[in-house]
Amino acid sequence: MSLEQVVTSTAAFAYMPTSVEIVPLRDHATTSGLAMPRSLRALETEAIHVFREVAAEFERPVLLYSIGKDSSVLLHLACKAFAPAPLPFPLLHIESGWDFREMIEFRDRTARDQGLDLRVHYNAAARVAGVTPFSHGAAYADLVLTTALKQGLDRWGFDAAFGGGRRDEEKARAKERILSFRDAQHRWDPRNQRPELWRHYNGRIARGQKLRAFPLSNWTEADIWTYIHLENIPLVPLYFAKPRPVVRRDGALIMVDDERLPLHAGEQPRLERVRFRTLGCYPLTAATPSAATTVPEVIAELLASKESERSGRLVDSDQVASMERKKAEGYF
Amino acid sequence: MGGEIAFRRYAEGQHAKDLLRLITCGSVDDGKSTLIGRLLLDTGSLPEDVVRAAARDSERWGTNGDQLDVALLVDGLQSEREQGITIDVAHRYFDTARRKFILADTPGHEQYTRNMATAASTATAAVLLLDASRGLRPQTLRHACIARLMGVRQFIVAVNKMDLVGHDPAVYAQIVATTREALARLPSHEAHFVPLVARSGDNVVGRSAALDWYTGPTLLGLLETLDSSEPEAPELRLPVQYVARPNEHFRGYAGTISGGQLQVGDKVVALPAGVRSQVVSIDTAQGPRQQAAVGEAVMITLADQLDLGRGQVLAHLAAPPNVGTRFEAEVVWMAPQPLVAGDGLEFKFAHRYVAGSAARVVHRVDVADLGAHPAMTLGLNDVGRCEFVLAEPIAFDSYDEHRATGSFAIIDRVTHQTLGAGLVRSASRGRLIAAPEQVTRPQRAAQKHQRPAVVWLNGLSGSGKSTIGAALDRALFERGHHSYLLDGDGLRQGLNRDLGFSPPERRENLRRAAEAARLLADAGLIVIAAFISPLQSDRDAVRAIVGAELLVDVHVDAPLAECERRDPKGHYRRVRAGTLREFTGIDAPYEPPQSPDLRLDTLQLDLAAAVDRLLAYLEADGCLATA
Repeated sequence: MSLEQVVTSTAAFAYMPTSVEIVPLRDHATTSGLAMPRSLRALETEAIHVFREVAAEFERPVLLYSIGKDSSVLLHLACKAFAPAPLPFPLLHIESGWDFREMIEFRDRTARDQGLDLRVHYNAAARVAGVTPFSHGAAYADLVLTTALKQGLDRWGFDAAFGGGRRDEEKARAKERILSFRDAQHRWDPRNQRPELWRHYNGRIARGQKLRAFPLSNWTEADIWTYIHLENIPLVPLYFAKPRPVVRRDGALIMVDDERLPLHAGEQPRLERVRFRTLGCYPLTAATPSAATTVPEVIAELLASKESERSGRLVDSDQVASMERKKAEGYF
Repeated sequence: MGGEIAFRRYAEGQHAKDLLRLITCGSVDDGKSTLIGRLLLDTGSLPEDVVRAAARDSERWGTNGDQLDVALLVDGLQSEREQGITIDVAHRYFDTARRKFILADTPGHEQYTRNMATAASTATAAVLLLDASRGLRPQTLRHACIARLMGVRQFIVAVNKMDLVGHDPAVYAQIVATTREALARLPSHEAHFVPLVARSGDNVVGRSAALDWYTGPTLLGLLETLDSSEPEAPELRLPVQYVARPNEHFRGYAGTISGGQLQVGDKVVALPAGVRSQVVSIDTAQGPRQQAAVGEAVMITLADQLDLGRGQVLAHLAAPPNVGTRFEAEVVWMAPQPLVAGDGLEFKFAHRYVAGSAARVVHRVDVADLGAHPAMTLGLNDVGRCEFVLAEPIAFDSYDEHRATGSFAIIDRVTHQTLGAGLVRSASRGRLIAAPEQVTRPQRAAQKHQRPAVVWLNGLSGSGKSTIGAALDRALFERGHHSYLLDGDGLRQGLNRDLGFSPPERRENLRRAAEAARLLADAGLIVIAAFISPLQSDRDAVRAIVGAELLVDVHVDAPLAECERRDPKGHYRRVRAGTLREFTGIDAPYEPPQSPDLRLDTLQLDLAAAVDRLLAYLEADGCLATA
């Protein structure tokens, strides 16, 4: 067992701090006096419908939990879909080893507080081989994200995985069905997608085939934030502005989350008031200067923003149509 | 604090907005991607980095000179750009001060029905795009026809490329007149028209100086005023989607209410099971409630300990759905292989897979003139009407009254691909039964102290089917059970007297035998059927009609040489003499069953032993209960 070797650990690294301050969200849901907009309620119902359908038809579903805001909404909706019964499937986090420390802390706290069955997987061979975002370029994402995801799904024999993907995120996602079928190698074939007729999802698969299900397909970024606010969903504090040590690199603000970030000549981390619009591997995720410390303030900044959400993800812009290529290879 | 105020304004604005789901359709090259790109750009729905990327792409792939090619804002896949076509349905999201839009963009080329049906099944309006220099094309009319069939009643006809006809109001008026006339054949619908130039944005979002003779609303103006409400049925329908049983004290039935409303205390019936109970509690995404209505995802508990599975439909006693195995439906066929009567298929109704087949193709609709034409099969992209027969009864409605319980997907049993979409038009005559008052199969069986079954004996001529069947019938009779032997020769002298031995007639012979067995089993009998049933497809068809839960598939196995040696009816002698042709096993194919429920090797077992094996099987299967 070399490259495909798999190992699990939830407490892996020495650099990981034992405690991170979690900023409690201010509760505006009750004071705002706002009920949920009709359109958002329709999206909520649709997501719950997808959760129930897939959970009823597949033997080993799993919720892909990436700790970000979409995952938080996904988890919240999953719990609603089966309440008062407990969540009938586990969570899976694919750990890159370069996740923000606050993400890991938040993940473990969420699982503990809500009594969730959390599975964690990473590509051990890639770690041993010393694969980092700095040394391996584009191959990094393939090894620590795509390959690790496929390993993790195969390891526990999951036949259906819920993901937080939204069609408004990116043009390749806009073409994907809510139930997205993958071959035994987890590959997506955009030319051979099943029709989705009404809500009669055809969940029949051949042996070895797998399913990815996207209950949030029809949500927009603004829907996600509004829902987080109205439902008072806890988030990783990285989404809210606070002074953080950053360096400016190729026009992007990169947070120095630990001592492993190699500093270029002349680079000196400075404290800047920033937040993150999406979360991923910290050396590849650009921060945004911001003063927003509450969900409504984040939404207000979002409405005023002229840039798309994924523009802060350096991992997606490495080549034209990179998302389409990654999905075809098995990425979410 | 400015953020808080901006958010509050936004949140209040959101609250007033409704949601319109629409599709866009049109022929290749009519400018659909351009129109959508323009709509998104001019409503301010695109982030600047996306527009910058499209501007970069315009230099490489663009077709609009040094101007931004707005089509590149939406053609997402690398393979689409390389081939200059749109491959699959893309979903776009934008909103205005009045409403949110989910736009499904459907490509116009060969697999259009698959994509059209996917997009139209959840849409309430359609934008039909025409090229002013070419007028209405047949492909666009087909799109309109399929959209209407799927239930879309509101159309906006966008007459694009008005610049190519010199912005001429006379050309526009002519196109409006001919299109109106063509659409007039579609049943109840409304059509609105707008002249525009998508490339430059004239009359898309903003008004147009060049088209100043047009005083009606722009495309966006029309989109904002269409009726966004989805058809709502007054009668309660709650298809059971998921059964939650976290512990022995709780059994929750979860599903999305697809019609009417539900209150705590309501008396409901679950169909097709036919059992009644009362609603004890209703949980929703917003917590426990006294009542819930159409469109809400609920989890309910009932007063009685029932074992309802997925696909049971909860309804009020006064207005139940139909229950049965036969109905007529409109079909949109999306597979390269044709729909042929008798072929085994799988159907997905609301949360339930059922085996079945088309009993016959009633007609095919020519989407050019909407006329009905006689047909034997439906091919790729065809629309037509079929009568279907299912292996098990289901609860269903007509599509016009209840979309969720009146529609289904047709699925290939081997590849699991989705082959077509179905819309129930009516229950077949004589089978439209509301189940609650009907004597049910379990009730009949209980009266006879047995569980009905269809013991299907198959094997070569001379393998011993009839002999074993008759002996089993006698043994069951002597034990006080109610059974009946259906024999191939007997049926051919009566019910099937009109049939010969050609392959289609053999199939029909088997179909009638299976239907007869099914009727007798419905009456509570243990039916013994002795038929050669040479092909796996024959046995699959029998299974589809009889139903997997009733069928006991028995292979009466004897080598061909042994059957020929026995030759009880002298058939093999006549075959060898050349006076009998197409005889199974000799010059007509025989496929031995791969996994029968029971295999009887008549070289090894004598008659008594074979009957004992069958009795033991029925005993173990719970058919011979005496309590």
